[in-house]
Amino acid sequence: MVMFDFFKSLFRKEGSSATAKERLRLVLLSDHLSLAPHVVEALKSDLLAVLSRYVEIDAALADVTFEQREHEVAMLASVPILRLRDEAALALPDASLPEMDSPASPEAVPAGAVETTAEPVAKPAPSEPERSGANGSSSRRRRRRKAAKKGQVLALAAASSGPPAQGLPLASHP
Amino acid sequence: MALQELREVQPEPLVPPIARAAGRAIVITSGKGGVGKTTTTANVGAALAARGKDVVLVDADVGLRNLDIVLGLENRVRYHLLDVLEKKVELETALIRDKRNERLHLLAAAQSREKEDVDTDAMRALIDRLRAQFEFVLIDCPAGIEMGFKNAIAGAQHAIVVCTPEVAAVRDADRVVGLLPADWRPELIINRLRPALVNKGKMLSVEDVDAILRLPLLGVIADEPAVIVSTNRGEPLALDPSSKTGAAYRAIAARLAGEDVPLPVPRPEPRLLAKLGALFSRSAGGRA
Amino acid sequence: MSARRIVVTSGKGGVGKTTTTANLGATLARRGHRVVLVDTDIGLRKLDLVLGLEKRIVFDLVEVVEGRCQLRQALIRDKRFESLNVLPAAQTREKTAVSEEQMAQIIEELAATADYVLIDCPAGIEHGFRSAVAGAREAIVVTTPEVSAIRDADRVVGKLVQRNLPLRLIVNRIRPEMVKSGDMLSVDDVCGVLSLELLGMLPDDEEIIDATNRGEPLALDPSKRLAVLYEKIARRLDGEIVPFTSFEPPGLLNRFFAMWKAG
Repeated sequence: MVMFDFFKSLFRKEGSSATAKERLRLVLLSDHLSLAPHVVEALKSDLLAVLSRYVEIDAALADVTFEQREHEVAMLASVPILRLRDEAALALPDASLPEMDSPASPEAVPAGAVETTAEPVAKPAPSEPERSGANGSSSRRRRRRKAAKKGQVLALAAASSGPPAQGLPLASHP
Repeated sequence: MALQELREVQPEPLVPPIARAAGRAIVITSGKGGVGKTTTTANVGAALAARGKDVVLVDADVGLRNLDIVLGLENRVRYHLLDVLEKKVELETALIRDKRNERLHLLAAAQSREKEDVDTDAMRALIDRLRAQFEFVLIDCPAGIEMGFKNAIAGAQHAIVVCTPEVAAVRDADRVVGLLPADWRPELIINRLRPALVNKGKMLSVEDVDAILRLPLLGVIADEPAVIVSTNRGEPLALDPSSKTGAAYRAIAARLAGEDVPLPVPRPEPRLLAKLGALFSRSAGGRA
Repeated sequence: MSARRIVVTSGKGGVGKTTTTANLGATLARRGHRVVLVDTDIGLRKLDLVLGLEKRIVFDLVEVVEGRCQLRQALIRDKRFESLNVLPAAQTREKTAVSEEQMAQIIEELAATADYVLIDCPAGIEHGFRSAVAGAREAIVVTTPEVSAIRDADRVVGKLVQRNLPLRLIVNRIRPEMVKSGDMLSVDDVCGVLSLELLGMLPDDEEIIDATNRGEPLALDPSKRLAVLYEKIARRLDGEIVPFTSFEPPGLLNRFFAMWKAG
């Protein structure tokens, strides 16, 4: 077996197929997303609809993109929030809706999970005047940056971790 | 865009070099697919950058991009060639810096567009712009001789033809040479040579290919399974000091940079190894 | 009954579309089917070369489309097989010389008197691909277990799914020793990533190079390893259930040494 090991070691690094498989998974996910703009549009519109149940948003300035990172594909959503809805107007959350509490702990985000960066939804906390849309867009940008720095993310569960589900079920082949 | 601020800090904008002669724009083409154009572009680019040259690689295979994945940069692609050509984004923003060598840059192809979307004049202008900023502009040409090919050669002044020692590849290479501008003097890289097969008369030799295509020979690369591993990992072999293929690519880069490097043709492994092998397999009882 | 019309495609070039079309076509013909192979790689024709028929080309696909000859005049009958015919591509024209409608019409005409029409598709996803697919009712996607090939295959699958074509996969150029050592994706990996039904798997075999050099498809010799595998694929195409057997590298250690010897 000595000779066998000797020659095997000449391959220097082992297991590049595992690396290849993982890289392929992410790159195909990314490719599929870029090839399915209609799905992205539908996702965006559903996302905004859900957010609108809790906060009033500026849909015209909302933006949703996907970014391929080292170990995951992430969704980045930038959604300007104008104000909280009235308590009375708030629809009670369904059991089926994910908890919208923030912040989600980073460990709870599985590899490839979708992560949204948005203004944190403050629960009964009194709405601070600065958070309303009265200020200019620059203060909104500052708030977004602050939120991002604090690592406050809303983790939306998405079936984008490893096999058998191949990433988000977008443009998947039969 | 507001989202810019949420992302990592963008890399430093390129500092234009102090006035120097325009760089060389070289298209790497073949006609036949799968002979190693993309691998060659990635490795020659990496080798040139390792020699201190400022290099940009342009993936012209719109719709079927692979230069990014061969370089292991697929998760850094934010913008692509068509974004730049259609002026949706600045060139500097679209250029991706290699994670290993900051002299190496990549302009990725668009995955969700078609080759017919590329405007030839805009492509030519872009290559001219890149030549002003980089010493070497290497353009990875798609397979075929249609619009993708025509756009890839627009703006280039020189071509490297990649060919494997197989009849179909040689025929396609010959066709492609005929379609390049008449005043170009394309150079040849013979890829995936298997010296043992050549010796047995089962594969065309370097001389055979040379005699048919009659192009100046830039390099000869032997077939090596390590290439597959390198693509799996996204680590060009040109950066591996112990790789034979890497050495071949480094030699090619040296020649492109003007050095006079002798051109050894790969030979089969020495007989000793074969004898050892036969000895061992006999003593092991032919165990599979 | 009209023929089965199958396009053999891949996205990436050089993964074995033409070799597969030629050998599969030859095998189907040997099994008694009437087979027509169509080379749609206008400008870079290949099928004629792989089959050793390059000296017998009189007319080509473009000339048929332009009405300068009859379809049957352009067909080359391969004398080694009872019922194998080849329609070569043009060498000095461009793919735009044939429209999707024209291609579909030719395939239709060929299908009237054949059992199988196999369409050899060029690399890429542009006009050449679209034309090749235009006349097809099924597709075989060929890939190798390499990252770029799989990515391109995925792209092509997306396009084919849009056209509602039934798809099956052939994984080509497998190196079992590299799969074993974890340096190459396995067939299962590839099928999983692409989500396709497997039609066949073929090992990397240096005999292909020699066979193409001589214009003698391996399927000619039923004792050859690859010929046996093409036979299995042909049987599956015919509807038989043929189990897949994984390759054991022929004498594992010999294979290592063979690779070294090959440089």
